[in-house]
Amino acid sequence: MSNWIDIAALTAIPQRGARVVKTAHGCVAVFRTAEDQVFALNNACPHKAGPLAEGIVHGKAVTCPLHNWVISLETGMVQGADQGQVTTYPARVEDGRILLDATFLRTRAVA
Amino acid sequence: MKHLVVIGAGMASGRVLEHLFETEPGAYRVTLFNAEPRGNYNRIMLSPVLSGEKSYAEIVTHDDDWYAQHNVTCRFGERVVHIDRAAKVVRGENGDVAYDKLLIATGSAPFIIPVEGHKLPGVCAYRDLDDTETMIEACAQNAKAVVIGGGLLGLEAAAGLRLRGMDVTVLHLMGHLMERQLDPAAGYLLRKDLERRGITVLTEASTKSIHGTDHVEAVELADGTVLPADLVVMAVGIRPEVTVAKMAEIDTGRGILVNAQMQTSDPDILAVGECVEFDGQLFGLVAPLYDQAKIVAASLLGEDAAFVPKELSTKLKVTGCDLFSAGDFADGEGRDDIVFRDPARGVYKRLVLEGNRLKGAVFYGDTADSNWFFGLIKDGTDIADMRETLIFGPAFQGGAPEDPLSAVAALPRDAEICGCNGVCKGQIEDAIAAGATDLGAVRAVTKASGSCGTCTGLVEQVLSVTLGDAFQMPAAQSICACTDLTHEDVRRMIKGQELKSMEAVWQECGWKTSCGCHICRPALNFYLLADWPLDYRDDPQSRFINERKHANIQKDGTFSVVPRMWGGITNAAELRAIADAADKYNVPTVKVTGGQRIDLLGVRGEDLPAIWADLNRAGMVSGHAYSKGLRTVKTCVGTDHCRFGTQDSTGLGIKLEKALWGSWTPHKVKLAVSGCPRNCAEATCKDVGVVCVDSGYEIGVGGAAGMDLKEIEPLAKATTEQEAIDITIAFVQLYREHARYLDRSYKFIAKVGIDWVRERVIDDLDERAALIARFELSQTIYRTDPWAAHVDEQAETYHPLANLTLEAAE
Repeated sequence: MSNWIDIAALTAIPQRGARVVKTAHGCVAVFRTAEDQVFALNNACPHKAGPLAEGIVHGKAVTCPLHNWVISLETGMVQGADQGQVTTYPARVEDGRILLDATFLRTRAVA
Repeated sequence: MKHLVVIGAGMASGRVLEHLFETEPGAYRVTLFNAEPRGNYNRIMLSPVLSGEKSYAEIVTHDDDWYAQHNVTCRFGERVVHIDRAAKVVRGENGDVAYDKLLIATGSAPFIIPVEGHKLPGVCAYRDLDDTETMIEACAQNAKAVVIGGGLLGLEAAAGLRLRGMDVTVLHLMGHLMERQLDPAAGYLLRKDLERRGITVLTEASTKSIHGTDHVEAVELADGTVLPADLVVMAVGIRPEVTVAKMAEIDTGRGILVNAQMQTSDPDILAVGECVEFDGQLFGLVAPLYDQAKIVAASLLGEDAAFVPKELSTKLKVTGCDLFSAGDFADGEGRDDIVFRDPARGVYKRLVLEGNRLKGAVFYGDTADSNWFFGLIKDGTDIADMRETLIFGPAFQGGAPEDPLSAVAALPRDAEICGCNGVCKGQIEDAIAAGATDLGAVRAVTKASGSCGTCTGLVEQVLSVTLGDAFQMPAAQSICACTDLTHEDVRRMIKGQELKSMEAVWQECGWKTSCGCHICRPALNFYLLADWPLDYRDDPQSRFINERKHANIQKDGTFSVVPRMWGGITNAAELRAIADAADKYNVPTVKVTGGQRIDLLGVRGEDLPAIWADLNRAGMVSGHAYSKGLRTVKTCVGTDHCRFGTQDSTGLGIKLEKALWGSWTPHKVKLAVSGCPRNCAEATCKDVGVVCVDSGYEIGVGGAAGMDLKEIEPLAKATTEQEAIDITIAFVQLYREHARYLDRSYKFIAKVGIDWVRERVIDDLDERAALIARFELSQTIYRTDPWAAHVDEQAETYHPLANLTLEAAE
């Protein structure tokens, strides 16, 4: 069962940018693409835990700021020759507000 | 299934097993003994391991999986104590193994000079991974190493130890280095090259004894000189390891005697590699070992094959030392020399002719054509027709420069392309015919260019010749996968078509992605703001995190903060403010940087605006230590305090920093001003370096001390301080307008030439003024303190978007 909670205004994140949301289990990175879609991912690159929210966002992907791994915002899959996957969480925009599914955020430690 | 026992897991036996399993996988089951507690690895890559350029894991050629997959029983770390030829049994320390065929590949042992003290801890050879590890462990900044032996191995060891910060001296018994491969002139250039790296070279140096009580302390030479030493490396030569063979009463000379089928005096026992002697010859380089390995595999499978030694060539595997030597270049009756020297470029070439044949060749500083010359030596080509222009290489034969590919096209199928792996042109052609159409695929199938990599260009040329238009030579590289255009193409379009936004560039240049990527966007952002400072609005989302947050990201996601210290000058109030900030924000590390500033390391991202505000209040601004922009202007104390200082060098440094700070550039820009040629500010390795002299200011550009080490090239001499400042600004603007993103100034100069720079910045005073005017215009917009701006307007973005910790804990 989903439990959507209002996080912030969409405009609080720049286009092709990201901000973090603190949770009890660590930080989630919330991304906003050039087309105003939002995505929520674990804020740690599978390589060396680089903070993905600080990366460059292009298309529906983000490049980790530490060693340039490219990660799909849609699936969390690492692109190209590298291997790995980042946990993703349901996120959407409604009336200019960013909504995340709190059920998933709470259970992430189990996942 | 027959049983093959192999003694020794070196490069030769590894290659034998590969050939064996490839040709007839089920022919033998194998037991592999190795005295070293590990399997096969690429010994010629130990030098990169020593210098820290590679790790051991990267040079392993066969891992546990490979042995398991091919059903090889590994007995690593176990010595062979006896061979019973009558019973056909090998006795290891842990038990007997019967064999049908036995392969001895015991390699060679390093020769240790038996001088007094040679057994002290801290004295080692340079032969295997254990030696390499001993050397790496001994490495400490400014610790002293003495390398005995100025041959290939000794020099690679010396260069590796030097790269690890050791204070290195090379002792060589002969009059010049690498005397077996080089003539005295090339030896001299090599020596100069090594000395420039900070390695001391002593020739005609005979070691008398090694001093020390429980560890090596010094080396004493025959002439009484005593050199302090924390590590002594002996690299004076190797001799075939024949102990096991002698025990078994197999015929040996200097090495184990083998016939052309690599059989010893016992036909069921074969030998391969550095332990063998064939036709009076011993083998130390890897190419003939690999040839032998093929013959051994064939012999084991009952095929007909014969080993034929080939001419050998040598390259020194020290990064940045271009040296090539092949054939025989001793003086002799009926021999002529052709010598070419270019002292300014440090180039030396010597060809040795006998009649109309090329017998030997030595090149230093420019080895581009070495393979062509090596081919002439191997083939015994008649060079009578091209004797006059021979020294200038293949491009000058036949009057006009010919297509570089025709030389490769003309090579026979058995011409060796990759010396490290013994791969000839025919094997590469076969691989291409079987579907390998790019460098990576050829490398995977044949191993060509997979070791030291110096033949990469040749392999590409073979691809190009074989595939024709189907192969695209990776010459003009596009910026990234989003476009086929090069950096230069795009800069031209931005200026020529007046493209003033990112969207305009994507549209007009036909970008293949919706909004670029992490490679092209930072480049485009810089080009647009450098060319259109009034029209273009900087895009923070196209900047790397360091520039977006004006601080260096560290490996744990924290940041470092570096306030500007104009010309390296500070005062008690600033130091107090920095100390207070360090306390207040729990800064774990406070470090003085190489650029005369103070680095606060380990600041949390969300604390950045607050720590900046505190430092701003004390009068300090961002040091741009994170930016592709002006970093520092390093200075000495000049006439203020120094008895040698000739000008107010500190004052000039501060003026330059105040003029240039905040300007974005293609890559980082570092300056220094030294007050006299003693150069305490190290101005000669900066993007712009000013050395003050009595008569004025000597300005050089294009220096660097990073990935490449470059000395500045002289640009001009200025008589007044203002002229020095003008020239510096004009040069920086020229670099901003024409360099490709992420090219340091030396790469930019290498592309356009220093004369082209001089014409615009020095000779043409109108152009100089115009460059300065365009720079000043840009500075009216960008010379702002980003710290203050972010504290005022963007502090919010440094904090989390939301904090769910409390809610989630419910």
